[in-house]
Amino acid sequence: MAVIDLANPTRFLTLANRALPWLAVATLVLFAIGLFLAMNAPDDYQQGATVKIMFLHVPAAWLGMFGWGLMSIAALGTLVWRHPLADVAGKAAAPIGATFTFICLVTGSLWGRPTWGTYWVWDARLTSMLVLLLLYLGVLALYWTAEEPGRGARAAAILSLVGAVNLPIIKFSVDWWNTLHQPASVFRMGGSTIDPALLRPLLIMAFAFTLLFVTLHLAIMRNEILRRRVRSMRLMQARELAEAT
Amino acid sequence: MNLGPHADFIVAAYAMTAFAVAALIAWVVLDYAAQRRILGDLEERGVTRRSQHKG
Repeated sequence: MAVIDLANPTRFLTLANRALPWLAVATLVLFAIGLFLAMNAPDDYQQGATVKIMFLHVPAAWLGMFGWGLMSIAALGTLVWRHPLADVAGKAAAPIGATFTFICLVTGSLWGRPTWGTYWVWDARLTSMLVLLLLYLGVLALYWTAEEPGRGARAAAILSLVGAVNLPIIKFSVDWWNTLHQPASVFRMGGSTIDPALLRPLLIMAFAFTLLFVTLHLAIMRNEILRRRVRSMRLMQARELAEAT
Repeated sequence: MNLGPHADFIVAAYAMTAFAVAALIAWVVLDYAAQRRILGDLEERGVTRRSQHKG
């Protein structure tokens, strides 16, 4: 099957129905392995057991940013090619990305209190991540409150592209400004600075959260296609009633 | 497993993450059931989409 064939909503639904049970099982298995390794990982020599929060916080941060990146690519599909599935993909990514960004901020705050002595500081990394959450809420408001879905989709696509400017700011904020937040320690020139005993569970948890993202994205896309079918059928019903009277 | 003096923060982080993920999954599952139910109702009443229209 060619990739372009998946752009047909009916074919996409068939594929999603087949893939979702397998993805759900794979996600559960990976979480079981990841959580087992996370709970048995050694304490950090400085932070003690609070390093276990890293296994939630770091994947959530990555996926919060990944979600917006996905929405930006989908926005190009909506604005340039006007493909309906691109809009469905963008709309489906927003609640998942918002949830992961929220998890990142809350777990970061709970990690910050015992390690930094404070729940929150207005440093560049924390503030740019909060801006990302606000941008997600803005996109969700555009999608959920637009009276005409097409107009809401175009406005959300424009905001997605404009908001993409925030992604390099989040990534490089720890290099550009003097922040309380630590610099990059996994993906950096010269390799990771994290001990393999902590890096292994971190990467498995990141993989598990990524599979969860993909599973939920497919499921929400499926829901959205069904919602659009319901809307289309109701419009047909209303038109037929108007013609009959 | 000993979570040390900051166990409350670790437990709160895991509990909050589990709650947020569970809420998202519940919304997705309930939304799917609702859309399927509405589609079923419309099809029972003989309503079709434009692409399914004949003639």
